[in-house]
Amino acid sequence: MRGAKSAKWVAIAAVVALGATACGGGGGDKGSDSKAAVDPAGKFSVEVGEPQNPLQPANTMESNGSIVIKSLFSQLVSYDDKGNIVYVNAQSVDTKDNKTYTVKLKSGWKFHDGTPVTATSYVKAWNWAAAPANKQTNSFWFSDIAGYDDVAPAKGKPKATEMSGLKVVDDSTFTITLSKAIPYYVYKLGYEVFSPLPESFYKDPKAAGEHPIGNGPYKFVSWAHKKQIEVAKFDGYQGPDKAKNGGVLFKNYTNLETAYEDLKSGNVDVLRQVAPKDLPVYKSDLGSRAVDKAYSAIQTITPAFYTKQWKDINPKVLQGLSMAIDRATITKTVLQGTREPATGWVAKGVLGYEPNVGGDVFTYNPTKAKQLIKDGGGVPGNAMTIQYNADGGHKEWVEAVCNSITNATGVKCSGDSKADFQADLDARDAHSVKSMYRSGWVLDFPMNANFIRDLFGTKSDGNTSGFSNKKIDADIAAADSASSLADSEKKYQDIEKELVNYMPSIPLWYYKVNAGYSDKVTGVEYAQDGDPILTGVQVKK
Amino acid sequence: MGRYVARRLLQMIPVFIGTTLLIFLMVYALPGDPVRGLFGDKGGSPAVIASLRHQYGLDQPILVQYYHYMKDMILHFDFGTQIASGRPVTDVLSEAFPVTLRLASLSFAIEVVLGIALGIWAGMRAGRFADNAILLVSLLLISVPVFVLGFILKVVFAFQLNWLPPNVNDSTNYNELLMPAFVLATASLAYVTRLTRTSVAENLRADYIRTAIAKGLPRRRVVGVHLMRNSLIPVITYLGTDIGALMGGAVVTEGLFNIQGIGGTIYQSIVRREGTTLVGLVTILVLVYLLASLLVDLLYAVLDPRIRYA
Repeated sequence: MRGAKSAKWVAIAAVVALGATACGGGGGDKGSDSKAAVDPAGKFSVEVGEPQNPLQPANTMESNGSIVIKSLFSQLVSYDDKGNIVYVNAQSVDTKDNKTYTVKLKSGWKFHDGTPVTATSYVKAWNWAAAPANKQTNSFWFSDIAGYDDVAPAKGKPKATEMSGLKVVDDSTFTITLSKAIPYYVYKLGYEVFSPLPESFYKDPKAAGEHPIGNGPYKFVSWAHKKQIEVAKFDGYQGPDKAKNGGVLFKNYTNLETAYEDLKSGNVDVLRQVAPKDLPVYKSDLGSRAVDKAYSAIQTITPAFYTKQWKDINPKVLQGLSMAIDRATITKTVLQGTREPATGWVAKGVLGYEPNVGGDVFTYNPTKAKQLIKDGGGVPGNAMTIQYNADGGHKEWVEAVCNSITNATGVKCSGDSKADFQADLDARDAHSVKSMYRSGWVLDFPMNANFIRDLFGTKSDGNTSGFSNKKIDADIAAADSASSLADSEKKYQDIEKELVNYMPSIPLWYYKVNAGYSDKVTGVEYAQDGDPILTGVQVKK
Repeated sequence: MGRYVARRLLQMIPVFIGTTLLIFLMVYALPGDPVRGLFGDKGGSPAVIASLRHQYGLDQPILVQYYHYMKDMILHFDFGTQIASGRPVTDVLSEAFPVTLRLASLSFAIEVVLGIALGIWAGMRAGRFADNAILLVSLLLISVPVFVLGFILKVVFAFQLNWLPPNVNDSTNYNELLMPAFVLATASLAYVTRLTRTSVAENLRADYIRTAIAKGLPRRRVVGVHLMRNSLIPVITYLGTDIGALMGGAVVTEGLFNIQGIGGTIYQSIVRREGTTLVGLVTILVLVYLLASLLVDLLYAVLDPRIRYA
């Protein structure tokens, strides 16, 4: 009786769906553009939703929790906005063979409770998080470390409680031995999962999840569930990203529309995203305080290679379909400028990103599209569907993409709607997608390997399409055993160029942050993962 | 009277079991797994997924799950644990209920006071201008969707006049709750007005009213006691069921004004397939419905002396 579901739920579901995969990627400090006097002790508020999980670093996968965790915990390294490594808690991370990494910590670092941050703080925390008994959602992040399979075997009881690859040398030094060489492993260390934990954590991990004690630029003050989380500047912080404000209030909003209204009426200072409803007006409402910037995430449609239709498809057909999609028009009209047409598989802001990898394969060209599809033997059945979750605000663009394909090539195309993200995931995991499906990837760490190895390797975690290619697998193995980071980056760039010939997915566009902030704050910048860089925000007097 | 109440209370037991079982089965039938959902696009370690599923008993047959759930709930008042946050459901409920309770009681008060007053006014002047005006307004209130009304009120009272805050940041502040409470009350308010109006207009022509007037009773007593008592019976019936609707059905209004109450929690539990949270919430709503309808039935006896419960 009380009205139908309105559009706002779609919006928040979009955020939830995206958030479910949001991962690391801090950012360097930016020079501030403050002209007004700044109050270094001033606090400001940020819009977030209620974190889904307790605030334990290895247990936070969605964006609401991870922005809070990032303010409370610092890791060994972080990244600048071009994807280069910046040392935070680590003095150095050295390796000779890309397999054994020696980590030296900076001295004088303390947790918020005053205890020192030592090599043990890291090693013990990682072992704890990797153990299945502790049920940390991000535990598989430690799977590269030697001995992980003994601690967390896929089947059966654990044979060990500590990973053999982690060794404490002295108070400020420890070594990480991987099960096989990874030249870019240091990039992974910037993710929140690799945070240290204080001794007090293990006494009652559950209570620590409600009242976390970290080593980051802010210390925890209070968490009023579903209302707000308050953190204050930690004066003893030693890192390069010292807070330029007195603290942050993470204010809880159930949807983006209300948060935007509160921004306009001065009740909240920084938004992470503007609701679709407000996109047409937010630039005129906020003027120079409106933010419009690409971040490292990509939207693609992926053929389910286990289906009859795409099993032995000639990649030319997929190239043709890619050329039948008018990305420029769709991003401008249907998506209201919130996306940027993709030109490759690796998103912007990531080490190894190259513009225009695929050449004309990503450019709209109906004549050539038709020709390619014909050359490749045509789309089996001359019809296709794109599976998507109806709660994520995807319907509009899926329809637009389908129309674009049908108009350009005559291939029948329609959306295959699943009720929500869970149902969509279910179908993907069960390999029951009928034709193609919508997929997205937000960076875990800012290096091109993350967008290639973790999606297109035959056995990769993120590969749910059944794509399998011996040449790509061999190339990935070669890139992983490259002698240096730069070499590995180069090899992955070559693989990306190679992907055009196999088309494991059809990239559509890169995500953009469309956000804004109030006139109470300055120096608001957004990192590669689309979150505001809290420590750099300055509060006006 | 006492026996009647006891019988009604006993009748609640099968209803209670039936509804909880039904909800449990429905959540179970939905595609999607709450534990797998925690891991998003990327999948997680199978060992962790298995041990989480085991912890929440999701690896057991549905009826066994239901049996354990009900046992814990009845014997220990333990509603289970929320899967994502690991917090006890009772904590989640005890946060959300006071918020919704405040909102619902405020809008219930608006609905009762305004609705009945307007209804009596219209009923006493049946067929005249005031009656038609109220008819028109109530028709308008029924036909405008909640979110449209909420949006209009926000634009007018919050952004243009600046009288009220647009959203609720502190749910104990009744000033902030006023606008959502009014929006929530509108549709029911219109129904209450129309019900009252019809039965007042009808009863005004009844014999007992004519007798009361003929006896020379003062007008205030005729209207306030004789007329009201009889006219309120259908209204009370409606109000009784509406308490439940106000508590649980405020999903749209709560979302519109950023209120973290029952409606939003129910919505999220469905999206995340949190069977335990959902059943806990619905159980309490079912109890509210049952108690409200019992209360209504008892009120009948008070209002109409002809009704007796043995």
